[in-house]
Order: sequence, then structure tokens, then C-alpha cells
Amino acid sequence: MGVTLPILILALPITMFLVLGLGGVKMPRKMAGVLGILGMGTTAVISYWVAFTYFFSGEAAYIVDGVRQQVQMFDVTWLAFTQSLVVKIGFLLDPISAMMLVVITTISFMVHLYSWGYMEHEPGFQRYYAFLSLFSFSMLGLVVATNIFQMYIFWELVGVSSYLLIGFFYKLPSAVSASKKAFIVTRFADLGFLIGILILSFYTDTFNFIDMTNNPQGVLASTGGATFMGASVLTWAMVLIFTGGMGKSAMMPLHIWLPDAMEGPTPVSALIHAATMVVAGVYLVARMFPVYLVVETSLVFVSVIGAITAFYAAVVACTQIDIKRVLAFSTISQIAFMMTSLGVAWPELHDGLGYMASMFHLFTHAMFKALLFLGAGALIHAVHSNNYTAMGGLRKYMPITHWTFLIGCLAIAGIWPFSGFFSKDEMLAAMFAQHWFWGAWMTMVAGLTAFYMFRLYYLIFWWEENPHYKEHKPHDAPWQMSVPLIFLAAVSCVAGFIPFGEFVTWNRAPYHIHIELPVAATSLTVAVLAIVLATVMYAKKNPIPTRLKDMMPGLWMAAHRRFYWDEIYMFVTHKIIFNGICRGIAWFDRHVIDATMDGFAKVAQKTSYAIRGLQSGNIQLYVLWYFAGAVLLAAITWICLL
Amino acid sequence: MFCNILIWFVIIPIVMMAGLGLCRGKSIGAIRAVMVVGSTALLGLAIWLCCEFLRLRGAGDASEMLFTGSWMWYAPFNIHLAVGVDGISVLMLLLSAVIVFAGTFASWKINPLPKNFFLWFCLLSTGVFGFFISIDIFTMFMFYEVALIPMYLLIGVWGTGRKEYSAMKLTLMLMGGSAFLMLGLLGIYWHSAPEGMPLTWNILEISHNSAIDPSWQNLLFCLTFVGFGVLGAMFPFHTWSPDGHACAPTAVSMLHAGVLMKLGGYGCFRIAIYLLPQAANELAWIFIILTGISIVYGAFSACVQTDLKYINAYSSVSHCGMVLFAILMLNTTAMTGAILQMLSHGLMTALFFALIGMIYGRTHTRDIRQMGGLMKIMPYLGVCYMIAGFASLGLPGLSGFVAEMTIFFGSFEDADLFHRCFVIAATCSIVITAVYILRVVGKLLLGPVQDDHHLALTDASWFERLSTVTLIVCIAGIGCFPNWINETIQFSFHPIIKAIEAAAL
Repeated sequence: MGVTLPILILALPITMFLVLGLGGVKMPRKMAGVLGILGMGTTAVISYWVAFTYFFSGEAAYIVDGVRQQVQMFDVTWLAFTQSLVVKIGFLLDPISAMMLVVITTISFMVHLYSWGYMEHEPGFQRYYAFLSLFSFSMLGLVVATNIFQMYIFWELVGVSSYLLIGFFYKLPSAVSASKKAFIVTRFADLGFLIGILILSFYTDTFNFIDMTNNPQGVLASTGGATFMGASVLTWAMVLIFTGGMGKSAMMPLHIWLPDAMEGPTPVSALIHAATMVVAGVYLVARMFPVYLVVETSLVFVSVIGAITAFYAAVVACTQIDIKRVLAFSTISQIAFMMTSLGVAWPELHDGLGYMASMFHLFTHAMFKALLFLGAGALIHAVHSNNYTAMGGLRKYMPITHWTFLIGCLAIAGIWPFSGFFSKDEMLAAMFAQHWFWGAWMTMVAGLTAFYMFRLYYLIFWWEENPHYKEHKPHDAPWQMSVPLIFLAAVSCVAGFIPFGEFVTWNRAPYHIHIELPVAATSLTVAVLAIVLATVMYAKKNPIPTRLKDMMPGLWMAAHRRFYWDEIYMFVTHKIIFNGICRGIAWFDRHVIDATMDGFAKVAQKTSYAIRGLQSGNIQLYVLWYFAGAVLLAAITWICLL
Repeated sequence: MFCNILIWFVIIPIVMMAGLGLCRGKSIGAIRAVMVVGSTALLGLAIWLCCEFLRLRGAGDASEMLFTGSWMWYAPFNIHLAVGVDGISVLMLLLSAVIVFAGTFASWKINPLPKNFFLWFCLLSTGVFGFFISIDIFTMFMFYEVALIPMYLLIGVWGTGRKEYSAMKLTLMLMGGSAFLMLGLLGIYWHSAPEGMPLTWNILEISHNSAIDPSWQNLLFCLTFVGFGVLGAMFPFHTWSPDGHACAPTAVSMLHAGVLMKLGGYGCFRIAIYLLPQAANELAWIFIILTGISIVYGAFSACVQTDLKYINAYSSVSHCGMVLFAILMLNTTAMTGAILQMLSHGLMTALFFALIGMIYGRTHTRDIRQMGGLMKIMPYLGVCYMIAGFASLGLPGLSGFVAEMTIFFGSFEDADLFHRCFVIAATCSIVITAVYILRVVGKLLLGPVQDDHHLALTDASWFERLSTVTLIVCIAGIGCFPNWINETIQFSFHPIIKAIEAAAL
């Protein structure tokens, strides 16, 4: 494989962005849509071909003695900071980037197709497709990055695409503030990422991933044992880099932007805020994994953050009313699952199973979560509301949406034979191998997942039929929207049987997946019990949920308000930083610094007013001054001479 | 003398002034014709110079300054009109030409007294171009003053708001800086050569002689750095900038923030650091503190402003603080970043001020609380504003990112705790910048329309589009393909770095 195809994978989406962005206004809507879909379709086909060649061709460039190789298809200099510290833009092909190519282009293509139906009547259709292309370009550039700086570049670009797409309905103040929040929170996290890169590259003198990950001990050695506040600088660097990942992947406490990001169009939520961009943090850790391994503290940090976030988000998801927010919190929880799994993927334990499991879950989660979001989009399209209170009993009206949504729920709940079962089982096995506590904790989160997903499912499709349907009968979506649903549902049914360990492992050597029966049995039992509980509580309209809520109003309210994180942030940013620091500085500038400068001018002016009377034009007065001066001088001279 | 291409950068604006002098005050067409021809000629000349320069460098001409020429002007004090350029000055000339070009179109409909406005505008350009081509510090200083004085009239006559006050404040503060500078330059002159050799104003000769006594260097360094720093909006001498910019007419804001503030940064490394390297090594820390404060302080102040121009003026304080901050790091990468930041800041602030002028010309207010949803009404200007905003907050693919990253990575090379703390404080500005930029974009462009009168407003006309497109192309050009500029600048820093390193021994 030459460089043409890799270049095309990046060039096609950005070309589409430029074409649609610059010429979109003059273009008919249909043409813009078709161009966008065709562009993405072609990119998807090329990506499949590249991934297929990489995994299956067996060429010596890609696989040696069963170990898959990391290949830099191209790597061109973009900016040379110093002789050795050079930023390059390249294309790294290895198992995880090939897998991500498939995931991104598949979901992106599905979303492009779906949006044609979903966004049909929205103004700014062309702009929407332009932004989708920009996002796809940035995300593809991120995953194929050959060096951490290239990743940072595209990291920022996906951030801005996300900003533009969340704020797509820019006339709504809520969308504007949500997009702003998303950008600023992730920017804050990226500050950590940037400082991490600064530290890391200062010691290693390179940005290149292969140089660093092939020789992690060398990376550690290059720091020369330098420490800062008790931890080695490499730990600091890796934790700071992970901070960037926490921002993008919405880990606590930087998760607050993701639920608000649901203000964006629903297909965008499916693409960016469920399947691709939000897993960038996981991808980042996976990419730098060998370096994380040599500083265990940072890896422990990753898993602890993951475990806390997974539980927190799952609890909050149980109490949300907006169906997209339920899915958003579920996304946070699932990504946290992947993070924890990465954090426990120590090679000496179970052959680094957690890494493979995490990537596997990334893959399956992308498919079923995109499915769920697109399903939610179809529901919102039908009832024109985001809240489940406007839904209920929809299974009769929207059979396609119902069945595909159910498949999504079963997959995320981890029911055999749907894809989520397999990946979640591997993750739990990895966690049990680390410590029983991790396993038990995350099994509990898995149970919560099953519960809140089926709560959502029943409240949408069962419960009680909403009386509004009589005036406005909901119906299934047009084919552009149904086709992606059906396709993704089919993938969610079969993806679990992919022998994922043959393709992606931490050391790129094959790993044979086997189901760990005790783990699988436990998690399956917990999931089924949770579903049964959800069925009892929500399948038919009954007073149990309300009664339960009234039993512990404080807890319910706290969970519903997401444990007041937004309020805390609001207080810190608005009251302390904005009103305190910013206003304080602005006041200081005007009333102290500038007033001093004005003061100089005033003093000069006053002085001149005071003494200008001397120049009166009155000759007698001048003579008087003259004589007074002369006498004074004479007196001084006399005194001096004396 | 006229064979030297550099001289033409001064001659063309003078010819333009003569041409404008011949126009009748009312014949706006003729005035515009003179300006368009002149500014296009300048832009063409700058591009040609850039190509020619790169060609010569490519052919292996490694001398420090190219296109040098020197003509005696006033023999008793050995004052020459000495010209010469290295890569940095070439890029600065290009920047100035681009902004003069864009500024001409941005002030297409200037009122009243278009002829006089453009006369002063050309005089200002003369000063700017003259400054960048000079390598004789006396003529350099003279051109510097030529560039500053027209500002008083341009703001005082064509400005808005409290224009007399602002014009006076700006002029007095910058003149105050010049006073320091004059002392510093005289000091350099009197120590420019060892005993028995003739004193000289020529930068290359002074640096070659390196005869300035270390104890004198410290004093002179403070004088010159503060003198130029005032123009570079260094804390606490920046307060002319918000008022001055807020009251200045569009093209003047553009030229002032875009080019004139760069004179400060340029002077700082070309004179203060290059000629006084020992003092630079010794005293950089004082100014690192001041400029470090500038960066964060300017950004925080910008967060609460409500006037578009004030926001940009404070943001300029922050970004120009970054320029001086990077220069003081005294290593090639950071200083290269400083020059990139000058280019980037020049282009994007010019774009910002052009757009603010265009928006103000339509809505007659610059208060962001009274505007909203303008994206719907004037999509072209809205998109341009967003691009400028993204450049300012450092989006990859636009120039700001390249500059900031080069500065951060360069500054991080100094491994001691003092530098580290200030670099990390400086990196924080990328978050604060995002806050104030998105705040403005959100209030001004997005959301519902605030004022129904705005619904009737029109989008950009052709000359406004030309002006903005020129700037955007340059911003994206630097942002996407930075390396050739980077290499050019790095090469030009070799002699300066060599002087610093020699002095540090």
C-alpha cells in the first residue's frame, strides 16, 4: 500500500469541508447532502480497504512472527521547533489506529446518511455537512497521529468542530452557552495536556509515539530521576496528559460539559459525543500505554478516576428526564469503564487483557451507543421533545425504532449474545484479575447500567401511552434514518463474535479470547436482575417509582441535579473568577494603573496652572523677580565665599 | 542609492503623499486611486523582496543583512541613512505592506477629509517602513518618531468617543517612552566604539565592536527596553492602548495594533538585546516578571470588558506581552516564536479591528450587550469574526497556534523554577483567551437578535471583503505552512543568539 490511500483518507474530508464551507451557500441543499455523504462514503471504503490490508494481507510490513507492526505511512515536517524537536504530520498505521479508522468512518457515514433525513428542514443544512466533514477530518487526523503533537493539533480541531456542532442551532441561547461550556472545559483540560507534552518532550526530545512507546524505559531514564513534589516528573507528565483525556472523555470532575453538549443536533451527539470524540481520551491512554506502564502511579490514577466516574454517572443516569441526557451519562459511565479497564491492564496480570478489552468495548460501545442516540433522534423527530414524559407506549407506533433501540439496550446491558456482553465480560475479567474490589465495583456499575437503560426503554416504549398521540400520531423515520438504525443494530448483534484479541492487544501479539465463566455468569445474573427490577418498576404505569422517590427526596434531587457539580463550577467560574478576579483586575487597571498615569498628567497640569501666573507680561514684575534672583544669588555667593 | 530596493519602501509612501497632495480634497475617486496603486505597489514590492531574499538565502548568501546600503547623512555625528534587512525585517515589511493594503480598503469610506486622512496615513506608513529597513539607530529612531506623531492627529480628528483625551494620552505616553529611548540610544552611541575608533550608530558595527561597558549596559538596557516596551504595551505602561485603540478610526487601529506595536518588540531584540547582550542576560528576569504579568493581566481584563475595542485592546496587551516575554527567554526557539507571534498578532488584530470598524459602521455601537445574533444578519462578517477569534485563541491551522506553541516550547527550554513558573502561567492564557473570545462571539454573533433595527443591516461590500480576505489568507497561510517562515526567522536569529551566548560566558 502506497501513501495515496492514507493521504486520501485525510484529504477527502477536508476537501469536502472546504467545498461545502466556501461554496455551500450557493449550493442547493440536496447537492450539499449528496456531496457530504459521497465524500464520507468514499473515505469509509478507503479506510476499510486500508484496515483490511493491514489486518489480513499478512505482508511483512504489517505483521512479523504474528506480531503486528506499527507503520508510519508518511511523516512530513510541519514545524521544526529545534533541530530534534520537530512537529510532523503523518499517518501511523497500527492495530488501534486501523480499528479507529473503521469505527470513525462507519459511524460518520451512518450519521451523514441519517442527517439527511433528520436535518432536512433545518436552515444551514450545508453548513452542517461542512462541519461534519471538518469533524471527520480532525478525528481521523487524531487517530492516525504519528506523534503526540500532531495528536494535540487534531485534538484542538475536534474540540472546535464539537464547539461548532453543539452550537449549530446558534439562535438558541442554551445551545450557545452549551457550546461555550464544552469548549472552555475541554480547553482547560487541554492546558494540562499541553503542559504534559511540554514536560515530556523536554526530557525525551521527541514527539514521536513509536520512539517513546518502543522504549518506555528510555523515556523514564531520560528524565534522570527528576522529581517534583514527591512524584517523578514522568508521572506528572503522564497524569497531566491524561488530564487532557479526562476533559475530552468527560471524566470527573471535568465531565460537566458533556450533558449540556446534548443541545447539539442528535446525530452530532451520536457521532461526536457518544462514539468517536469522547473516546479520544481512552485512545490517548492506549496510545501512550507503554509509557504509562513504567509509571504505575499514573495508571492507578487512571483507573481510580475511571471507577469513580463510572459509578457517579450511572447513578445520575437513573434520575434524568431528558432521554439524551440519560444517554450522555451512560456514555460517561461506559467510557469510564474503558478507562478503568486500561488502568488495570498490567501485563503481568492476565496478559494485559484490560487493554484489549478496553479497545473492544470502545468498538462495540461506539456501535451500540451511536445506535441508541440515533434511535433517540428518531424519537425526538417523532414527538418533538427530548423528555420521556412526552413519550411512553411508542412501541406500537415506531416498530423499527423500538426493535433497534431494544437491541441497543440489550447490548449495553451486557446480555448474551449482543456485543456489549463480550466486551464487558473481558473488561470485568481483567478487573477481577487485578483485585476483586475492582471487579465487584464495576459489576455493580454494570448492573446499574442495565437498570437505567431499561428504565429508559420502558418509559419510552411501554409505561403509559401519551395522550398527545391522538392529535399528532408519531411514526417511524424516513429510510435515510432507518437504514443506519438497522445497520448499527445488526452490527451490535454480531460484533461480539469478532475475535478481537487477534487484532488488538497491548503488545500487538494475538490473544485468544475466552469467556470467563464465573465472571460472565455473575455479570449476566446482575444484569438480568437489574432488567427484571426495571421491568417491575417501569413496564406499566405504577406508583413505585414515585414512592421510591418520595422515600429519599434528598438523594433523588441530588442525583437529578447531578450532585451539584454545575452549581459548584458556576460558583467558582462566575463568582470567584469572573466577578472576583477579572472584575478586580479590570478595576485595578482603570483606577490604579491608569489613574497613576492620569495623575502624572494632572500634576503637570496643576503645576503649570500654578506657575503660569509668573509669565504675566508685566515688566515691573519681571524686574522684581530679576532683582530678587540677583540678590539671592549674591547672597549665596557671599555665604559660600565666607 | 535608488538602486537599493529597500529605499523604495520609503519613497513609495512619499510619492503617494505627493500624489494625494495633487488631488483635490473632494475627488474621492482620485484619492482612492492613489492609495490603491500605492498600497498595491508596496505589497508587490514586499512580496518581491521576500522572494528575492529567499532566493539569495537559498543561493547560500549567509551574511547577516542583505540589500545593505549606507549613505552619509550628517557627518559630525556619523549619522547615516543605513539600510539592510534580515529575514525578520523582511517578514515585518511584508506584514506592514499587507496591513497597509488591507487598511486602505477598510477605510474606503472614511469621512470627513479623506485626503488629509490618507496623507497622515501615508506618513505613518513611511515611518513604519523606514523603521524596519534601517540599521542605523539614529535614522531608526527618527522613523520611529515619524510613525508615532501622525497617530495624534489621526485619532484626534477622525476618532470616536473621547478622542482628544485618548489621542493626547497615547501620544504623551509613547513620547515618554521615546524620552527613555532617546537617552538609551545616545548612551549606546557614546559607548559604541572602543577608545580611538570613531563612534557609530550602525547596529552591525556596534554589535561587532561590543565595546559597551557592562555597568553601562544595565542602565542602557533598562532605558531602551522600557522605551520600546511602552510601545509593546508592557505592563504597567500599557494603559494608552485600551483608550487609544478604542477611539482610533478603523484603519488606524489596524495599523497601530497590527504594525506599530510590533515596532516595540522589534526594537527590543534588535537594539536592547542585540546590542546589550550582557545586560539582557542579567536583567531579563525583571522584564520577564512584567511581561508575564502583562500576559495574564491583559487576558483577565479582557474578560469583563463590554466594548469590542476594549476587549481587543486588552487582548493585545496579553498577546504583545507574549511577544516580549518570548524575546526575553533569549533562545532561538522562543524568540522565533516571538516573531511569529508578532506576525500572527499583527494580522489577526488588524482583522479584528477591521471587522469591529465594519460592525460599528453598521450598528453604531460597540457595546456587546446591545448586539446579538449578528451572524444571521451579516454572515460574512460573522464568519470572519469567528475566524479571527479562533486565530486569537490558538486554533491549529491558523497563525496564533503556531506562534503560541513555538513560544511555549521555546520558553520551556529554560529549566529553572523561575522560568517554569512563568511559562506555565503564560500557558494559562490560552484558556482565558478562549473564555473572552467565546464570550464575545456568543454575545455578538450568536443567540437571538437583540435589536430589531439591526435586521435591516447589510453584509460586507466588496472592498470590505477584499480587505478581510487578504488578512484571512495570510493568517491561514502561516497557520497551515509555518515552516518556511520559521526557518527564515531562526536563521536570522543566529547572530543575536551568538551575541547573547558570547556575553553569557
